[in-house]
Amino acid sequence: MSRALRQRLFSAVVIPLISVACGFVVAGVVVLATGSDPIAAFTALFQGAFTNPRAFPETLVAMVPYVFLGLAVALGFRAGLFNIGAEGQFYLGAIFGVLAGNHLIGVPGILHIPLALAFGMLGGFIWAAVPGLLKARFGAHEVITTIMLNYVAFQLTDYLINKGPMSDPKSSAPRTPFIDPLAHLPVLVEGTRLHLGLILALLAIPVIWFLLERTTVGFRIRTVGFSQGAARAAGISVAWTLVLTMGISGALAGLAGADEILGVSHYMPASFSIGYGFDSIAVALLARSNPWAILPSAFLFGAMRNGAAFMQLETQVSSDLISIVQAIVIMFVAAPVMIRWIFRLRETPAGGLQITQRETAGISSKP
Amino acid sequence: MKTFGSLRANDAVDLTVEWGQVHALLGENGAGKSTLMNVVYGLVRADSGEIVYDGKPVHIGSPQDAIRLGIGMVHQHFMLIPPLTVAENVVLGHEIVTGPGAIDIKRSQAAVRELSRKYGLEVDPAAKVEDLSVGVQQRVEILKALYRGAKLLILDEPTAVLTPQEVRGLFEIVRALVRDGAAVIFITHKLAEVLEVADKITVMRRGKVEATTTPKESSQAELARLMVGRSVLLRVEKKEYTPGQTLLAINGLTVQDDRHQTAVDNLSLDLRSGEILGIAGVEGNGQNELVEAIVGLRMPRAGRISLAGRDITHASTHSTLEAGLGFIPADRHRMGIVLELSVADNLVLSRFDRAPFARWIVRAFDQVRGYAQRMIKTFDIRTDGPDQPAGSLSGGNQQKLVVAREIGTQPKVLLANQPTRGVDVGSIEFIHRRLVEERDNGMGVLLVSSELDEVLSLADRVAVVYRGHVVAMFEQKEADRERIGLLMAGAA
Repeated sequence: MSRALRQRLFSAVVIPLISVACGFVVAGVVVLATGSDPIAAFTALFQGAFTNPRAFPETLVAMVPYVFLGLAVALGFRAGLFNIGAEGQFYLGAIFGVLAGNHLIGVPGILHIPLALAFGMLGGFIWAAVPGLLKARFGAHEVITTIMLNYVAFQLTDYLINKGPMSDPKSSAPRTPFIDPLAHLPVLVEGTRLHLGLILALLAIPVIWFLLERTTVGFRIRTVGFSQGAARAAGISVAWTLVLTMGISGALAGLAGADEILGVSHYMPASFSIGYGFDSIAVALLARSNPWAILPSAFLFGAMRNGAAFMQLETQVSSDLISIVQAIVIMFVAAPVMIRWIFRLRETPAGGLQITQRETAGISSKP
Repeated sequence: MKTFGSLRANDAVDLTVEWGQVHALLGENGAGKSTLMNVVYGLVRADSGEIVYDGKPVHIGSPQDAIRLGIGMVHQHFMLIPPLTVAENVVLGHEIVTGPGAIDIKRSQAAVRELSRKYGLEVDPAAKVEDLSVGVQQRVEILKALYRGAKLLILDEPTAVLTPQEVRGLFEIVRALVRDGAAVIFITHKLAEVLEVADKITVMRRGKVEATTTPKESSQAELARLMVGRSVLLRVEKKEYTPGQTLLAINGLTVQDDRHQTAVDNLSLDLRSGEILGIAGVEGNGQNELVEAIVGLRMPRAGRISLAGRDITHASTHSTLEAGLGFIPADRHRMGIVLELSVADNLVLSRFDRAPFARWIVRAFDQVRGYAQRMIKTFDIRTDGPDQPAGSLSGGNQQKLVVAREIGTQPKVLLANQPTRGVDVGSIEFIHRRLVEERDNGMGVLLVSSELDEVLSLADRVAVVYRGHVVAMFEQKEADRERIGLLMAGAA
């Protein structure tokens, strides 16, 4: 195996695996410190995610939004953008999805479903393109603007469904009415909530990969992500690329929101997401923004989310424990140098010129 | 005669520097000079080998260790705090205090004044660093090192930003230091300087010591051969030029820099087909702003730029390149290439989205790779293949890649900003030959370079810029090095 390939494999596989392992170890210590049994807790987590009746399909149901949202955040990362607003775009996708699901009454499903999904994408697109435009035109940092728009999205949802124009007058709880059954995504396996969204999520991965690696659009995104200076000098419009990337990223997040409405809940409750969008930043980081790696990463997060409730029920260990796992995972993924240091892993095998510095990197690779 | 040390950065590098001598470390970019010195200064750790200093083996784990031993380093990019005074910058970290937290400004200034008098480093201790010229700022850096008790001074490419006059001043300071018993390591890739200032010369190539010699036993041609491993032409052979119609016309151009100061001031130039017009000047006299304005990366405040009859004053970079401009940026790593992308992708960086390199929005990789293979061959880019990341090429080959891309589009005008900066002599020769070839084929080449020798040997006409103005224009045969040096420094 060539050195370069080995190093890429190391970064892509070994570091994330160690990070996840470290996350569980630290979480285990926390469980121990609070007087519970970590083995029991993690066993329950596993049972809740995989072996209990109907647990596995539910893990896949939880994975679906993580795939869309993980791809959304990853796409931003590839252009050098930190889209923290996936959560808000997720909400907007859901709002638009409900709107389409409620108001296109009588339209046959074969048209209704794609229209409602497209509408959800539009919602996310708008919510993300605004920070993109602000960044491109005025240099406003997308981290700030997307965070702020998250809050706008939360409050907007609150207003709309809590006695607002979209609330269900027949319900005492703040929520929207159920959408037209014709707009429901078909269920894949009878007796589960596993729906067409899983197929869409699995299709989104190669589509985004193709976009990034095989099209001129993706080339622009990656070039801007690597070097805005070189992109500019080559005549690539950095501003447009940023707006477009944010837009596509938001559309993916919006698709996740609409899919959640059309496939799972069929209405929009007050507390719609509980952090899917924020978790997906970790999903993208763990996958190192590689579209293919989003799948195992989203699967892990779906399993943790799904198993956490059972763990809490079974062992009284708070389901928030998985947040600790996620946090530690992010810390380790974000600091590969730390992992190398802790586990005494050497980046380059000994031998040859051993001074590792950019200037001599070309020399050191020759034996 | 004391031996300062023997340093082994890898199995090949042995360097011995003696007190009271100027030791030049010569080599092209990437030869390992700076890395070697960073090891000595404690910035980079060597995995094997030892450093012997003043007869004793020492461990240098950090710059603090180095300073304690009496090793000082002046980096290529100064590490000064602009709003502070000279004295404050010099004593920073080793302040003379009257009480806790209170700096004794009078005594600090006196100490700096005394030190500067001793070595002829004229500088006003009370002046703010931001008000000083680059040459004087460099003196402050040297003072800083001496104040910390440096006996071995490492100067990393110290002449890159200086005028010829300032270079002479620096050499006098260096001489004064070694007369006093200190040792100076002088890192450079300029052959003439080495012969002028050094007592001993070590030539490095590809991380290894190629030879150690003295100016008396050596010559420019000999040193160049050691640097690249074969004889090179230092002069550019070219025919008499036959200029045609005007291709690039700049009239009354005024451009501001990032701080909204006027950087290009009512500048006018005409570039004709079949000529190389050189812009000579010390860096920071508006060259970069001029270049950026032409390329469409910076909007001019006033004036007009037209390319082959088309007004491009306010055109975007994209349409400027469309109009027939080729652009070689000064900063290869930041603007010339994308280090992470492959050689092939970099070769089509400005044309990846049009036929034959793309069909609608889908990229045509077979076309891209085929084109890249042809360019790699034509421009002698040393690479494992079109898929190799551009960042792993040597500096010279990266630059040949940029030149290949820009000439490959067959532009009407080629704007070359520092086209051979940080490039090995072999690549310099190749790039120079290509520029002359394209000129002979009718291209107009605007060459911006702070290497006066490059401008003088390559350009058919030389425009000297100072503070955003063209202060003089010479035909190549009338261009006199001494006179241009004075004009560049603003003394005329």
